[in-house]
Amino acid sequence: MCTTCGCGDPELVPVELHEKILAGNDRAARHNRAHFLESGVLALNIMGSPGSGKTGVLEATAKAAAGKGWRLGAVSADLATDNDARRLERAGIPSRAITTGQACHLDAELVHRSLHGFPWQASDVFFIENVGNLVCPAIYDLGQAANVVVLSVTEGEDKPLKYPVMFKTADLVLITKCDLIPHLEVDLTRIHDALARVMPRPKAFEVSARTGAGMDRWIGWLDELRARIPRPAEARVHTHTHAHGPHGAHSHGPGEPHDHDH
Amino acid sequence: MHEYSLVESLLRRVEEEARRHGALAIHKLTMRVGELSGVEAELLQTAYDTFRAGSICANAELVITRIPATWVCPQCKEPIARGGVLVCPTCDVPAQLDEGSDALTLDGIEMEVP
Repeated sequence: MCTTCGCGDPELVPVELHEKILAGNDRAARHNRAHFLESGVLALNIMGSPGSGKTGVLEATAKAAAGKGWRLGAVSADLATDNDARRLERAGIPSRAITTGQACHLDAELVHRSLHGFPWQASDVFFIENVGNLVCPAIYDLGQAANVVVLSVTEGEDKPLKYPVMFKTADLVLITKCDLIPHLEVDLTRIHDALARVMPRPKAFEVSARTGAGMDRWIGWLDELRARIPRPAEARVHTHTHAHGPHGAHSHGPGEPHDHDH
Repeated sequence: MHEYSLVESLLRRVEEEARRHGALAIHKLTMRVGELSGVEAELLQTAYDTFRAGSICANAELVITRIPATWVCPQCKEPIARGGVLVCPTCDVPAQLDEGSDALTLDGIEMEVP
């Protein structure tokens, strides 16, 4: 009721929120992150334009990391096909396809659902291959430990300047298809310069999935990240009963520490 | 075109808040959209106008405040020139994004309550 004169008319009330539009996604991402961490899985969000070489670089990663003894795993998002997941399977990476239909990006909930019934816990390094798109995926946290943006040398030296949001979120940029440089008019220093104008801590490795050149640096970087992830103690390997309601209701084994809300 | 899915989240959130307050109608929404939020304010407005029909926001205007992106040195606080390399030329430390530059927030709802 109107409190000014008591007339009984409805009243206009301002409600202050200052809340992130993506708060719901961020919550789901924290949930995923807690699961990855407690299972000792290094999860990476692999983003880049269509055709930048995301799948190719992952195939080459399986080859380059063969001596490491890592167990790899992946989910691969595509609008319409499961071709990429099948390619990764053939390369020896247990994979599942996420067909997103009209959705131009992955969100944390979609990743969470795709992990059900898939033995992601059995991986040491787990790749989440996002939809080929340099715009939308950038703002959705999936629960990954790091963001990797794949940029091929054929895409134009100023690409980072055109898509600053994507490159700002990158922890690492993989400059792919470097074996093509002799056939192109591309100046790598200009790509690195563009990255320095959109990333405060620019980090980029030049690689070729075809020849394997530069892949050792990428594997070394993954190794560093893996070292930072605590190995799950025996006692913490638990049976996890997943009763996921619409709000992600969750029941955990006794004594399971959790840093996300239920 | 993730603006459509963002509007869906926005409307869901507003409906939740309206229920909590027992609102009769929503009159206005205010949002902040930073230049580096990854969202195009105009597309967001179009998506909102498409989806609000039939929702509690049918007659609510959406007021978007756009915030330009600015980077600053975290040590000497000097701003980094627009388009420049994101390292402070004096202190040689990585630049920091100013608050709001990548904001994507619902700041306020003006609602009619009984």
